[in-house]
Amino acid sequence: MIEIRLRHKLGDFEILADFVARARVLAICGPSGAGKTTLLNLIAGLERPREGRIAIDDAVFLDTGRGVDVPARRRRVGYVFQEPRLFPHLSVATNLNYGARFAPADGKLVAFGDVVDLLGVAPLLERRPARLSGGEKQRIAIGRALLSQPRALLLDEPLSAIDDARRHEILGLIEKLRDAFAIPIVFVSHRVDEVERLADFVARIEKGALVGSDETARR
Amino acid sequence: MVGLGCASSRPVISKQTYLGPWGRPAHSAQTKGRRAVNGSGALGLSSAEWTAIALSLRVATVGALASLPFALGVAWLLARRSFLGKSALNALVHMPLVLPPVVTGWLLLIGFGQRGIFGRWLYDCCGLVFSFRWTGAALAAAVMGFPLTVRAIRLSIEAVDRRLEDAARTLGAPGWYVFATVTLPLSLPGILAGLILGFAKAIGEFGATITFVANIPGQTQTLATAIYSATQDPMGAATTWRLTVVAIVIAAAALLGAETLAARVARRDGGE
Repeated sequence: MIEIRLRHKLGDFEILADFVARARVLAICGPSGAGKTTLLNLIAGLERPREGRIAIDDAVFLDTGRGVDVPARRRRVGYVFQEPRLFPHLSVATNLNYGARFAPADGKLVAFGDVVDLLGVAPLLERRPARLSGGEKQRIAIGRALLSQPRALLLDEPLSAIDDARRHEILGLIEKLRDAFAIPIVFVSHRVDEVERLADFVARIEKGALVGSDETARR
Repeated sequence: MVGLGCASSRPVISKQTYLGPWGRPAHSAQTKGRRAVNGSGALGLSSAEWTAIALSLRVATVGALASLPFALGVAWLLARRSFLGKSALNALVHMPLVLPPVVTGWLLLIGFGQRGIFGRWLYDCCGLVFSFRWTGAALAAAVMGFPLTVRAIRLSIEAVDRRLEDAARTLGAPGWYVFATVTLPLSLPGILAGLILGFAKAIGEFGATITFVANIPGQTQTLATAIYSATQDPMGAATTWRLTVVAIVIAAAALLGAETLAARVARRDGGE
C-alpha cells in the first residue's frame, strides 16, 4: 500500500497529491516538468513538502501533522535515479555494495550473487563506472538500490537513456523484481507501453495535481 | 644579541624582539656570528642556512598538515551548510588574507603568547608553548595559509555533484559516511591543492612570523626571515642569492608536486 497525500510548492505551481494505492507497482505518468521527479524526491526524503503524509505499507515516512519526518537514510527506499549516479571513484563491486552495510541484518531481500546473476554484471565488477556503457551503468544502479535491501523501489524513468534492445531487457528485469520480491515499486514513466506492461495502479500528474485512478493498466 | 637574548630569557623578550628584527646593529652582530660558521656546508650552503631551510620545511609541513582538519571542517560548513553567522565565519576565515600580517602576528602574540588566554590554556593542558618557538612559527604559518587552504577545499567540495551525495543518503549512509566515502575522495584534487597552497604560503610567510616569534637563528629563523636578515647585512648578498634560489626550488617543487598528484587523482576518477 502506498499512501501519498501532500502539498508542495514547486516553482510557480503547487503539487497536490491525495491518494492511496493498493498496488505492487504504482506508475506515475505525466508530461515532463509536471513534477514527477519531485514527487519521487519527496517520497525518498530528499525534499520536504509543505505539508502531507507519506506512507508505504506500515512505515510512515512523513506526517507533518504529527511531526514525523524520517530522514532519507532511514527511509530505506531503493532509488534508481534518471541518471545512474554511480560513484565514479569506486569500482562496480564497491558501488553495488555501498548500501549493504547499512541494511538490517535480518530479513535480507537479496544476496549479492543473486543480483549479479540477475543483472548479468559479473564481468564488470572490477571496472570503474567511466568504463561502462549507458545500459550497464543503469543496471548497476538498479543492483545498488536492490542491495541496500529496500522496503520500496523508486524508479525514475530508468529506461530513458537506453536503446530499445536494452530497454526490453531492463523492463524484463523490473518484471522479475516485481514478481520475485514482494516490495512496492513506484515507477515514473511517460511511455504507455512501459506503464501497461508493469503497473497495476496508475496516477497521472497534470498541472500539479496528482490524481490516482483506479484504472488498472495491467491486465 | 637578539638571538641570545631571545633564547635565554623568554618572559622579558617581547619588547626587545619587537625592536630586534628591525634594528640594524643587532642584525649585523647576528649575521657576523653566522658568517663565522659559513662556507663549508653541503651544496655551498652554510650550516646556518641549512638550519633555516630545515626549519622552514618543518614549520610549513606541520603548519599545513595541522590546519588541514580544521580547514576541511570549515570548508565543508561553508560549502554545504546554511546557518546563522555563515558570512561572519567566512569573513573571519579570510581575515588573515586582508589584514596586515603584522596585525595577525601581534594578535597571535596577544592570544597565544605565554600570557595569552589560549597560550596559557594550551600550556596548562598540553605543555604547548608557541611564543618564540618554532611551534609558534608553524601556528603563524597555519593561520596565514588557512584562508587559501579553505578556499581551495571549499571550491572543490562545491564542485562535487550533490546528487551523488543524495544517492548515498538514499542508500542508508549517515552524513559522516557520505562525507568520508563520497565528498572527501571526490574533492581530493582540491584538498591537495589547498594543502600545497598552505604549504607554499607557510614557506613564504614573513610578517606574522617575525612579529609573533621573532627571527632567532636556529630557533625561529625561517627561510624568509633569514633572507630578510641577509638583505639587512652589507655582506649578505651571497647568502641572499643562495637562499633565494632555494626558495624558488621549493616553490617550484611544491607546484609541480601538486600538479602531478592532481593529474593522478583526475585519471583515477575518470568521470562518469
